[in-house]
Amino acid sequence: MIAARYQTAKALYPYRKVAAQDAPKKRHPVVIVGGGPVGLALALDLGQRGTPVLLLDDHEGPGLGSKAICFAKRTLDIAHRLGAATPMTGKGVVWNKGRVFYRDGQLFTFDLQPEDGHRHPAFINLQQPYFEEFLFDAIVAAQAADAPIEIRGANRVTGLVVQADQVVLDVDTPDGPYQIAADYLVACDGARSPIRDMLGLGFEGRVFEDNFLIADVKMKADFPTERWFWFEPSFKDAGHSALLHKQPDDVWRIDFQLGWDIDRKRELEPQRIRARVDAMLSSQTGAVPPYDLEWTSIYTFQCRRMKSFRKGPVFFAGASAHQVSPFGARGANSGVQDAENLAWKLDMVLKGTAEPTLLEKYAPEREFAADENILNSSRATDFMTPKTKISQVFRNAVLDLAKNHAFARVFVNSGRLSVPCTYPGFGPDELDGPAMSQPGSVCPDAPVADGFLLDLLNGEFCVLVLGDALPADISVPVIQITDPHPLLAARLLGNASGAVYLIRPDQHIVARWPTFDPPAIYAALKTALCKG
Amino acid sequence: MSLTLTPNIPDPDDFYDELIKAHEGLSDTESQALNARLILILANHIGDRKVLRAALSAAC
Repeated sequence: MIAARYQTAKALYPYRKVAAQDAPKKRHPVVIVGGGPVGLALALDLGQRGTPVLLLDDHEGPGLGSKAICFAKRTLDIAHRLGAATPMTGKGVVWNKGRVFYRDGQLFTFDLQPEDGHRHPAFINLQQPYFEEFLFDAIVAAQAADAPIEIRGANRVTGLVVQADQVVLDVDTPDGPYQIAADYLVACDGARSPIRDMLGLGFEGRVFEDNFLIADVKMKADFPTERWFWFEPSFKDAGHSALLHKQPDDVWRIDFQLGWDIDRKRELEPQRIRARVDAMLSSQTGAVPPYDLEWTSIYTFQCRRMKSFRKGPVFFAGASAHQVSPFGARGANSGVQDAENLAWKLDMVLKGTAEPTLLEKYAPEREFAADENILNSSRATDFMTPKTKISQVFRNAVLDLAKNHAFARVFVNSGRLSVPCTYPGFGPDELDGPAMSQPGSVCPDAPVADGFLLDLLNGEFCVLVLGDALPADISVPVIQITDPHPLLAARLLGNASGAVYLIRPDQHIVARWPTFDPPAIYAALKTALCKG
Repeated sequence: MSLTLTPNIPDPDDFYDELIKAHEGLSDTESQALNARLILILANHIGDRKVLRAALSAAC
């Protein structure tokens, strides 16, 4: 029997008994544990590349609740490459306008006008179960096109043994236990990762602790599609900060930051939640529009990561490996980037087109990214809940000045939106080009003749040749754009008349040069593949 | 540009007087808040991170 750890929003992959449960233990190249955004994205990526993947989830679909509601541009770009982004952007809410309040007054408003020449906006708001369902739909479509992806719902890993070259898993099901072996295991099983616990691995780093009361309310009332954020809201029992955010289906996310020492049970009483929500909704208009409480939860966060995201053949991705505060939407978004970072590496190593040493790059690259995310979300946390008297004084000084002075508004930090990191140590960088496209960064998107640049980078190593640079014979796919769109030129050429970029399967730029030099490209490729 | 640590204010006594007077009648909490606002305003005016870092170091 598999006891539920949480309530499921929808049964996407109901339990079905498979022949393997009564057969001798079978060995799989890749087993993923956990069918959240990270596990599903990884399964889809691997399967589309033709590498067989088995995903085990101890439930039968996404957990209930809106959870990670903000999906950033990079996630949408990755989802687009995987063929899953169209329903996400179709369903998701795009917002530009925000208001920041301090105590009972409005400090300022902002309008995030989207930057031209990108397929995707900076972010969309979308309930996490939809995000997972759209990835799952893309998996079903890929399976129909013979992608070797299998998902087994209600399959819970209860034990594992790590051997030199494989992992042996004990799996429990409604029909009893069986065993599976895997060349590689990827733990995408969330912040409370049972796999991490089974291996006796923990976390280190700076720890923040706070509680957020989350209330999803359904309102038909005409309420603006804006993000409202309060520092020290003056309405009753609101806590240190409060947030109002629009989601699809007339649902609004309301967050109250309650502090660490709270009575969870009491705070979750519907009457108490409604009193808070009433006070917030009426604070600007004086009236409480009719609403229903859709979902409420108390969310506890910590900012920390595992020391290493890999232990032998076991990889950790997403919240199993790193946790951040919710400010900046750096949780699920960075997890999807973990999946993208690992997928092509596992695929190449399993196909024999790269040596296993390539896999040694996963952990340091994603640990670097996690440190950047933890830094940003810790800074936002420090701003929102100052830890010392003097940091409170400076924080309040910023807020006091922000009402009348633009310079102070840039210090106001209720979260810095998730953007992909620039990996260190990439190169060479021999082009005197724009900083945004320096080696290590994700290739910026830009318009091309029939769409967008990132559409041309379809998941393999490639060489992008721009302007008057001339390609020569090489064994890597070459994409040539002789007459780049002005936005593309601004983002990848700068003042140069031509440029040559070597780009990884995850669209991160390996190196760049002013001219096409095959030996230099081969050398950079060899380094990127960790070839000895 | 480097941090100026030689005399740079033409009428130092007048400025010092103004600075102290700005705090007249304020509680310690209000004074601390005023100082914080002033530091932020001046820091933004300077802008140069190298100079700001040198100033932080000189003040410590």
